[in-house]
Amino acid sequence: MDLSFSKEEVAFREEVRAFFRDNVPPETRRKMVEGRHLSKDEMVTWWRILNKKGWGVSHWPKEYGGTGWSSVQHYIFNEELQAHPAPQPLAFGVSMVGPVIYTFGNEAQKKQYLPRIASVDDWWCQGFSEPGSGSDLASLKTKAERKGDKYIINGQKTWTTLAQYADMIFCLCRTDPAAKKQMGISFIVFSMKSKGVTVRPIQTIDGGHEVNEVFFDDVEVPVENLIGEENKGWDYAKFLLGNERTGIARVGVSKERIRRIRELASKVESGGKPVLQDQGFRERLAAVEIELKALELTQLRVVADEGKHGKGKPNPASSVLKIKGSEIQQATTELLMEVIGPFAAPYDEHGDDGSNEAMDWTAQIAPSYFNNRKVSIYGGSNEIQRNIITKAVLGL
Amino acid sequence: MDFDLSEEQRLLKESVDGLLTDAYDFEQRKKYMAEKGGWSKAVWSKLAEQGLLGLPFTESDGGFGAGGVETMIVMEALGKALVLEPYLATVVIGGGFLRHGGSAGQKAAHISGIIDGSKTFAFAQLEKNSRYDLFDVATTAKKKGAGWIIDGEKFVVLNGENADTLIVTARTAGGQRDRSGIGVFLVPGNAKGIAKKAYPTQDGLHAADITFTGVEVGADAVIGDPENGLALIERVVDEARTALCAEAVGAMDESLKTTVEYLKTRKQFGVPIGSFQTLQHRAADMFVALEQARSMSMFATMASEFDDAKERATAIAAAKVQVGKSLKFVGQQSIQLHGGIGMTMEAKIGHYFKRLTMIENTFGDTDYHLRRVTDQGGLV
Repeated sequence: MDLSFSKEEVAFREEVRAFFRDNVPPETRRKMVEGRHLSKDEMVTWWRILNKKGWGVSHWPKEYGGTGWSSVQHYIFNEELQAHPAPQPLAFGVSMVGPVIYTFGNEAQKKQYLPRIASVDDWWCQGFSEPGSGSDLASLKTKAERKGDKYIINGQKTWTTLAQYADMIFCLCRTDPAAKKQMGISFIVFSMKSKGVTVRPIQTIDGGHEVNEVFFDDVEVPVENLIGEENKGWDYAKFLLGNERTGIARVGVSKERIRRIRELASKVESGGKPVLQDQGFRERLAAVEIELKALELTQLRVVADEGKHGKGKPNPASSVLKIKGSEIQQATTELLMEVIGPFAAPYDEHGDDGSNEAMDWTAQIAPSYFNNRKVSIYGGSNEIQRNIITKAVLGL
Repeated sequence: MDFDLSEEQRLLKESVDGLLTDAYDFEQRKKYMAEKGGWSKAVWSKLAEQGLLGLPFTESDGGFGAGGVETMIVMEALGKALVLEPYLATVVIGGGFLRHGGSAGQKAAHISGIIDGSKTFAFAQLEKNSRYDLFDVATTAKKKGAGWIIDGEKFVVLNGENADTLIVTARTAGGQRDRSGIGVFLVPGNAKGIAKKAYPTQDGLHAADITFTGVEVGADAVIGDPENGLALIERVVDEARTALCAEAVGAMDESLKTTVEYLKTRKQFGVPIGSFQTLQHRAADMFVALEQARSMSMFATMASEFDDAKERATAIAAAKVQVGKSLKFVGQQSIQLHGGIGMTMEAKIGHYFKRLTMIENTFGDTDYHLRRVTDQGGLV
């Protein structure tokens, strides 16, 4: 048992840090530190820098542009990226549809889509949830009817993150209405520019626009856009959701936010002294830091296990990561609220789309707190995570 | 970075688990509790035979030169079986003082007796007003000729009644809460001037309140520097805290297993109660609490070998906070999910709850250690 990184791993960490320091556009970093939204251009610019370095799709197999790093190296890369902070690669392309395509897609599909995911020539979004299908995803109703060499798609998706920027969507559609729930679903990809696709924004409680409703009205999609086999889409969806186990704890994000809390709490005064000198506040902050340290160790256990024994049989501790990671992220936004106190109130109705420079940094703290309630809901709610522990770990 | 056990460590775990599976089920434990002193000499001999009492000592002292991970393995196993024997007091704490502070003569005089199982130790540290502050010492040790005279009162000394040797913290100079002027003394358990009031503790162990009245010891009784013993005390107590974290992880692990088993077998409304989602989610939260505690127990184990005393202390304090929070949740919910049967002496689950509860209040509770981490400026 050994906690320390090897010499090579330490050197790698230094390399990664230096690269972020020298290459993340300072404006991008500043906006992330202040919890602001980034514009599409800012994100794409950074991802292309990353991709040029060869790190854009780091965990993909080498033949498709991956790095061949060890699981510890991936861990270090993610931690440093989150802690810098810099935007993580667009999950919908890089972590979700990419691996499905290189695992289940045909050669033509690999050739057509993978390079464009890596270079962010296509911005992808995810068409999974529907108004009536949240945690019970397999009840989804959007249907794709085969007509000659086309699918005709009708239905509605929701919570589609950043669909307003998207060029492509990967979509779970029902192709066999007679089959049992999970059996009649297919994994189909198509252009968001297709005729019959309508995107309607959903404003979330923070005032922001991240998610959308997406409507399909007789959208014609060539049959070659089916990934893998027809009616096997549920298997690919499960593969996709199980793929990203460790990044989900977002330890680096929380670390960065704790540094931010310390910085602000040493400037904002309460009772004639900085908030950071208030014993009660300090103890609440330390309590979150301890939880975060425990989570970091839990994550390292999972990473070390994957490195040694492969990803086949996940370490049971991995199911802890989403629950604790989201709780801690939320706790850090609560502490920020506590620091700012009454000055959390002013609301900038022009919102923050990445261009509203007039907006005071304090105006982003309450929205960030409101917005972070999502992290215990998305990606399988924390209640669904508990169901998974119940069945997969405890055998109840 | 590696969290796996080495081949030797894996074998150690198998052997200690095997020994306790054979020798330490709940019924056997009741019998041991009824023996004189409240624990089993026969089990202690078995632990000695398997070399477990000699693990942390160097080979030149007759031991195996094992490190923190080995102690973690043993303590976790002892926690799983709710072992009553004084491993913490004797091997971890008594042995710790000898290893880190003992002179060659003291090592020669005491370590072989620990390793062969013939001698046990107790740590007489807690005082009426000291609570968790290790530097708060009112018991005095005054110079007399070459030796010392010890006067004072110590409380809740685990294994205090039966220990062959007491390790006593006493003030040689300064005021009650000064960080300097504290010495550590080896005192025979039957020395003249010692009076003991022995009693069982809530968790089935045995302790004693011990009064020292003009107890005379020789110059060779002092471990280390008689005026600056605090660093040694802190180091050994940090190892004891680390060991307690591992013991708690073992006890929580077994509590959760026992509880999940109960959820699968207990039926109400015609179905196993484990089919109810509200109980499933409680058990899932217990699992989360356990794994977070396990991570911090490992962290403390690795930190106990840090060179930087401050970094070590902060890490171990953080572990004690996480373990303290987790053990309270797992302990309480184990009883809740068992329902009425969990309230009875005859069910083993309540005994885990009691041991876990006592661990929280040993060498600093959750609030105490949270304050220590806070005062160090946190962990990030």
